[in-house]
Amino acid sequence: MEKVFDRPKGLTDVPFTYCPGCTHGIIHRLIGEVLEELDIIETTIGVAPVGCSGFLLDNFSCDFVGGAHGRAQAIATGIKRARPDRIVFTYQGDGDIAAIGTAHAIHVAARGEKITSIMVNNSVFGMTGGQMAPTSLAGQRTATSPYGRDCAVTGNPIDLPKIIATLDGAVYVAAGSVDSPKNIIQAKKMIKTAFRVQQQGLGFAFVSILSTCPTNWGLSPVDSLKWLREKMIPAYQLGEIKVTEEVKAL
Amino acid sequence: MPKVEVISELCKSCGLCINVCPKQVLKIGETANKKGYYFVEVGSPDQCIGCALCGMVCPDIALKIYK
Amino acid sequence: MEKELLKGNEAIGEAAIHAGCKLFFGYPITPSTEIIEYLSGHLPKAGGAVLQGEDEIASINMCYGAAATGARVMTASSSPGYSLKQECMSFLAAAELPVVVVNINRNGPGLGGLGPNQGDYFQCTKGGGHGDYRVIVLAPSTGQQMYDYTMEAFDLADKHRTPVVILADGMLGQTMEPIELKERAAVVLPEKDWVTDGAVGRPKRKIAMYNLTNEAGETTSVHLQEKFEHIKATEQQWENYWVEDAEYLLVGYGTCGRMAKSVVQLARQQGIKLGLIRPITLWPFPEKAFANLTGIKGILTVELNSGQMIEDVKLAVNCSVPVHLCNRQGGMLLSENTVLRKFVEIFALEVEV
Repeated sequence: MEKVFDRPKGLTDVPFTYCPGCTHGIIHRLIGEVLEELDIIETTIGVAPVGCSGFLLDNFSCDFVGGAHGRAQAIATGIKRARPDRIVFTYQGDGDIAAIGTAHAIHVAARGEKITSIMVNNSVFGMTGGQMAPTSLAGQRTATSPYGRDCAVTGNPIDLPKIIATLDGAVYVAAGSVDSPKNIIQAKKMIKTAFRVQQQGLGFAFVSILSTCPTNWGLSPVDSLKWLREKMIPAYQLGEIKVTEEVKAL
Repeated sequence: MPKVEVISELCKSCGLCINVCPKQVLKIGETANKKGYYFVEVGSPDQCIGCALCGMVCPDIALKIYK
Repeated sequence: MEKELLKGNEAIGEAAIHAGCKLFFGYPITPSTEIIEYLSGHLPKAGGAVLQGEDEIASINMCYGAAATGARVMTASSSPGYSLKQECMSFLAAAELPVVVVNINRNGPGLGGLGPNQGDYFQCTKGGGHGDYRVIVLAPSTGQQMYDYTMEAFDLADKHRTPVVILADGMLGQTMEPIELKERAAVVLPEKDWVTDGAVGRPKRKIAMYNLTNEAGETTSVHLQEKFEHIKATEQQWENYWVEDAEYLLVGYGTCGRMAKSVVQLARQQGIKLGLIRPITLWPFPEKAFANLTGIKGILTVELNSGQMIEDVKLAVNCSVPVHLCNRQGGMLLSENTVLRKFVEIFALEVEV
């Protein structure tokens, strides 16, 4: 009998700090598997966000740097410019990258920074208690939209991957979800491609992944998957949104 | 004979594995771990086909699967 | 050694190159822009690179990332841009990352003006961002010092794992002077065994500064304060000019420090025993310079602000000596005759000025 499923080497033994059913953990595992499979654990430097996953520095087996909220991609730029031979990636919540960090999101893509960015979109600011985010859906009840998001007052949700795809320096932009085994497998493929793009130095690679927040959505873990499937997936464009010829040839 | 093992101290009793298992192998147990979670237990070990879907959806990597 | 005619800002750029800095991240803002422009041309020739960030915040955070890998890195800005960097300055201090940050102080508050001003003294010397921290601040007063202090800044930053600020003004930045492009000093620096440059053949590392418990917060705070106390004890620098037999003292830094030397000379010509203490490190403030001031009847600080450094002077002399202010604001400069007149008036000296 052989072991067919276990913790990847890209992750340490430190338990995750997330709420029960929060799918951050699944995404961490996918990245850990990709780092191991591409044999880049030792040469990778990750940049942490501020948010629930702000403590993930202890969970990955590679070097990690943490900085201010929203600034991960600027920090990653500094790391990559100093060490172009290393694999540099950012892991950011939707609050981190699509609210406070959006200037960097645009310019990192515009410059074609040879880094990989992973956005984990749960449509709220999770860590601080579930406030409305730029990605929150119309009518969504959050801590700062208790009557439901009124788009006439607060605007409509942002679909960041679509925006990033318009920039020439972004050579691979994909959006996935971890609500089902099928989507989890797809998400892993996207993450792997995003890292392989960097290995070949082709340009900026960006993967957005829809994720649950049972605690702040007020739903059980299983019901949260349902909410993600029924409400979030229709609201955001999923799939490989931009794949340049060079990336296709990988 | 495929087998699934639960690492009880890592389990947060979220139920995602139970929800996805095609053979109803797993169940919420009756014992709490040190963190107070009623960790998942292998209720019907003989039914396990080693598909590893449970492991795939577990956010805490609290499962090991053998085939 | 040969000298080159350079603007003060350009001298800063040359010093960075000679100090082995290969990366500069910045954003244009007058009157600091010559630094990024000069380095855009010269740093690539020295095997380095300049990246213009999308804003000041991006630039300082890029420095944060590069410093985390062990690279020598610099950014330069001016007052409003320096304000934008404050969150990251706090993070740099907490994460103990060495970065050289140039602030060419312009008139404030607000958009203000471009003229020489020293209104950022508090901001630079009292931390500037949130939390209990300090950064080393060096204040050049001549073109050569723009070069020399910048070279030294990189060594201090690496020695103490801390950000170092070069605080100057538009006059120093724009004035051209002959500059000796000295080579990097042979200094023994601690090994950078904390860098996150890829865990090849070693355990992984992390650089972060959050505290999950208050207990951890206390430990971190105590550690940082111990470092700052050590820097205070060992890195104070100042220049004494005619201080030995002085009965009165001027205290001024930067452009004021330079101009005050003329005031001292004018006063001495009139038989007044005036001296000057010119702080070189604004933080740590050179308290030691004021330690043994016997026979001093009064001190006049010379500042281009509403009176900021005067507080540190009063603290340094423990209010044992009268300390007064001669100042000007708005980007205007003080002339040596104005200062001398004020000095004579304040201390009621019977002298023809």
